[in-house]
Amino acid sequence: MTKQSMHDRSLDVFGKAGFFKSQLRIALRNCGIIDPEDLDDYLNVRGFEALAKVLSGIKSEAVIAEIKKSGLRGRGGAGFGTGLKWELVARERSDQKYVICNADEGDPGAFMDRSIIEGDPFTVLEGMAIAGYAVGSDKGIVYIRAEYPLAIKRLEKAIEAAKKANLLGKDILGSGFSFDIEIRLGAGAFVCGEETALMQSIEGHRGMPRPRPPYPSASGLFCKPTLINNVETWANVPVVIIEGADWFSSVGTEKSKGTKVFALAGKINNTGLVEVPMGTTLRHVIFDIGGGIPGGKKLKAVQTGGPSGGCIPAHLIDTPIDYESLGKIGSIMGSGGMIVIDEDSCMVSIAKFFLEFTQSESCGKCTPCREGTKRMLEILTRITEGQGKAGDIEKLERLGNTIKKASLCGLGQSAPNPVLSTIKYFRNEYEDHINNKKCTAGACEKMLSYTINDKCIGCGACKKACPVNAISGAVKQKHLIDQKLCTKCGECYKTCKFSAIDKG
Amino acid sequence: MPEKIKITINDKDYEVRANQTIMQAADSVGFKIPRLCYHPKLSIEGACRVCIVEVEGMRNFVASCAYPIYDGMKIRTNTDELRRARRDIVELILDNHPLDCHTCERDGNCELQRLAYAMGIKTRHFEGEKKHYDIDVSSTSVVRNPNKCILCGRCVRICSEVQAVHNLGFSHRGFKTVVMPAYNEAFSDTVCSTCGQCINVCPTAAFVEKNYTQDVFEALSRNDVIKIAQVAPSVRAAIGEDFGLPAGRNMEKETAAALRKLGFDYVFDTQFSADLTIVEEANELLYRIKTGGKLPMITSCSAAWMKYMEQFFPDLIDNISTCKSPMSMMGAMIKTYFAEKIKADPKNIVSVAVMCCTAKKYEAARPELMVNGMRGVDHMITTREAAWMIKSAGIDLVNIKGEEFDEPLGMSSGAGAIFGATGGVMEAAIRTAYEILTGKEMPDLDVKAVRGLKGIKEGAVMMGDKEIRVAVAHGLGNAAELLQEVRKNPDKYHFIEVMGCPGGCVGGGGQPYVGLNCIPLDEGLLKKRAEALYNLDKNKKYRKSHENPDIKKIYKEFLGEPLGKKSHELLHTHYKQHFPQGIIPGGGKC
Repeated sequence: MTKQSMHDRSLDVFGKAGFFKSQLRIALRNCGIIDPEDLDDYLNVRGFEALAKVLSGIKSEAVIAEIKKSGLRGRGGAGFGTGLKWELVARERSDQKYVICNADEGDPGAFMDRSIIEGDPFTVLEGMAIAGYAVGSDKGIVYIRAEYPLAIKRLEKAIEAAKKANLLGKDILGSGFSFDIEIRLGAGAFVCGEETALMQSIEGHRGMPRPRPPYPSASGLFCKPTLINNVETWANVPVVIIEGADWFSSVGTEKSKGTKVFALAGKINNTGLVEVPMGTTLRHVIFDIGGGIPGGKKLKAVQTGGPSGGCIPAHLIDTPIDYESLGKIGSIMGSGGMIVIDEDSCMVSIAKFFLEFTQSESCGKCTPCREGTKRMLEILTRITEGQGKAGDIEKLERLGNTIKKASLCGLGQSAPNPVLSTIKYFRNEYEDHINNKKCTAGACEKMLSYTINDKCIGCGACKKACPVNAISGAVKQKHLIDQKLCTKCGECYKTCKFSAIDKG
Repeated sequence: MPEKIKITINDKDYEVRANQTIMQAADSVGFKIPRLCYHPKLSIEGACRVCIVEVEGMRNFVASCAYPIYDGMKIRTNTDELRRARRDIVELILDNHPLDCHTCERDGNCELQRLAYAMGIKTRHFEGEKKHYDIDVSSTSVVRNPNKCILCGRCVRICSEVQAVHNLGFSHRGFKTVVMPAYNEAFSDTVCSTCGQCINVCPTAAFVEKNYTQDVFEALSRNDVIKIAQVAPSVRAAIGEDFGLPAGRNMEKETAAALRKLGFDYVFDTQFSADLTIVEEANELLYRIKTGGKLPMITSCSAAWMKYMEQFFPDLIDNISTCKSPMSMMGAMIKTYFAEKIKADPKNIVSVAVMCCTAKKYEAARPELMVNGMRGVDHMITTREAAWMIKSAGIDLVNIKGEEFDEPLGMSSGAGAIFGATGGVMEAAIRTAYEILTGKEMPDLDVKAVRGLKGIKEGAVMMGDKEIRVAVAHGLGNAAELLQEVRKNPDKYHFIEVMGCPGGCVGGGGQPYVGLNCIPLDEGLLKKRAEALYNLDKNKKYRKSHENPDIKKIYKEFLGEPLGKKSHELLHTHYKQHFPQGIIPGGGKC
């Protein structure tokens, strides 16, 4: 094993410029560098050194103390202190405890968990085994969505190889500690990423959250004390053990330690996974790492935290990325989705898009989420279709706040975020839609009107293209669109070769 | 002394028992936080979010039904913000609910209606699309109307947690979530036991009984048929509740009078045929014991239990008593013995059973219970349906002058009366079996060991030098537990009574909806109804079925002897395995 620090190897491999220059890859440290199907490759990058270290005589309390001291917080979204969670499970007395890896990555466009498992499956296993030792569990379960076949295959191979090498299984490395990991496949319901729903699903029931308390640490899977962490959290654990809590906590901000992986997407030049220290500003991620907005367009907002995150307006992009700062401005860290929105996007449509997702993925158990998000979606739909009414914004706010405060689980409690944050920062757009029946960004199709200008030479192409015969006019004379018949399909606009059709 | 802790509710300090939820603690000091999906007999769902409260230090509202209290907890139950949120949540439920209260089965007795009023929902802010599903009327007993369902999940929970039938589950997501049997099978094809407990716990009319009142009214308007009613024991103990009377008032004579006023030519008492059942069943038990027949013998009078048994315990079919239920015995006697007596063609008799039950609708339609090619019971209506008919016809049940049941199928012993309470059949059978076996009078007729609401009751009775070990289960979940024990340990008992509904027939799926200050399955209510029957028993001239003079007469004039040829033909039946079509295991409960 080399004594090189675990986290800066990617710079050697990928180069010290551009996209990778200011990233700090801890969770992703081995992705793209080692052969994920080769245990030796992992061992060569100090793999399983952390597990060996804790098994060679460190007390479980000391392991937990180290994790606590590192300040590592859950990377799945809520940011609960990882060490504290471990301690709660360790404190429980039970004949059986479980350690679960939550790999039910459900945010549209997010793929950090998949990439970690596909690129470095052993680190997840190692992290879980360390936790098993620390909390007194001999049984680990990885809950992963069935739509990730490659990740599942690599995980299976990794478990098999680790077992063969006695890095999992009975009496690991002669320490007397046993730990086994099995894989459970999820059918891809978004809500199954919520821990209580996830455990219901593992138990063979319909994935629906249940009220907490009791928390999983006291009564989780099969009513036994259960430690559940997200893939990215697990990937951080071996680094904390090897490099030490002091080093780990030197990265990041006062309350948010280490790094966070983001799936950078949307109107941005460099898309992909980005891992940066906590506290990095949005501006740095978007403009320095992401390379800015394509086509010289203006940044309008950044949506963070997945479908239930909030939209952060351009004037706040100097906000440092950490749990508290994002929360303060109405968004969340979430699992790390980051969607860049440029000036061509309509914020009402964006909010509607995200709400459509959470609405259809609501498990249907609690009233506010099931019924409330549906009504919010109906209001948003009518606003984007030019049917908005005075009072709609207030209704959205009222419903949104009730859903946030009264829903059963995190899905419902965060579902209104995209709507509430866009109302907060882009209220004028909502008002424009409602009062002036106008979508400034030109994105709401139903609100557009198509008119023919003087450039028209009367060729008749648009007339032929119109599926509803809304266009009339004699040959070589300026044509006219009947606004009552027009369905705003845009066929005429696409067909016209003379820029004679105005959209707006 | 249980541990006490201090909490604050709405700025007032209270000392309450530790280890309870906010809702329980609040209940104990006089705050009844509005609630909907919560039911004390079922697991905590936390789904409706109506019972939310504020807890100091918590960012969000918490569901008081699920959240445990701790020392020093500061709770607010009635702030402006909470009131508005609760109001909006209930409005959201209403917005996806048909607005047909005035024609709804549950009008005036609907928890949602009461809640909406209590929340002060005068206007609607969020109306939009409503759900549209087909109404499932395929079952003989239960009508499922998902359009009225508010997804509280009580039916799902009672079906799996109390009744162990597991017929219902949530399906689809989000706004499209719906409660249905597996694969949305027609109810008639599912494992539904037809017990009707889903109806009892439903806060709205998403589940109601299949209504046969129109058929009965039509029959009653015919002059060319003889209209005969029979009334189950538990009906008289509960029907008064539907007329605003306190629970536990015995309305036997008033019911008989009201049914005659409705147009029935004869009103018979199912308690008579309960006596008949006991004579047959006690003899069957003793015959099995004497001849080394299959033991333990298990009662067969509960219709829901029979359907359940055929599906889930078909290996115990040989243990089931071959006796028909009292209702079906009565049906058979009406169409044979009584028809002969009044020299009527049984085809011209319309036999209507008034029962506390929904499953009896299924039983009445069973082909194996046909009598000479006819149904013994043509229509079965529940206590609720009967109450509605009486009201609808403008009959004043409360102030009516009581009348006796008709001869010769109207006289009953106290043993027949207690059939309606869990343990009653057992107690009645013991009274008769004891005397047949020992030839002596039983010293104390009250068999206390089998009374009461404990889920599974056990007892042993010395009959001469023979010890008869008995067990009683009520509610299908308890029955399943007891029968698993029988599977493991077949020699443990001689005789087992099973009733499909919690509390026995007094808690049947066809009983009146509970009133304002009560909840379905409430033990106090079930006890009061049972008490009415035990009081009936206490004051009866005859307390043993075999001493009922009309029972003696029917054997002498018509049946011959118990278990004889005619009995075998008319009073006994057999059961066969049904293969369950879909079972949804209940949610993971700890």
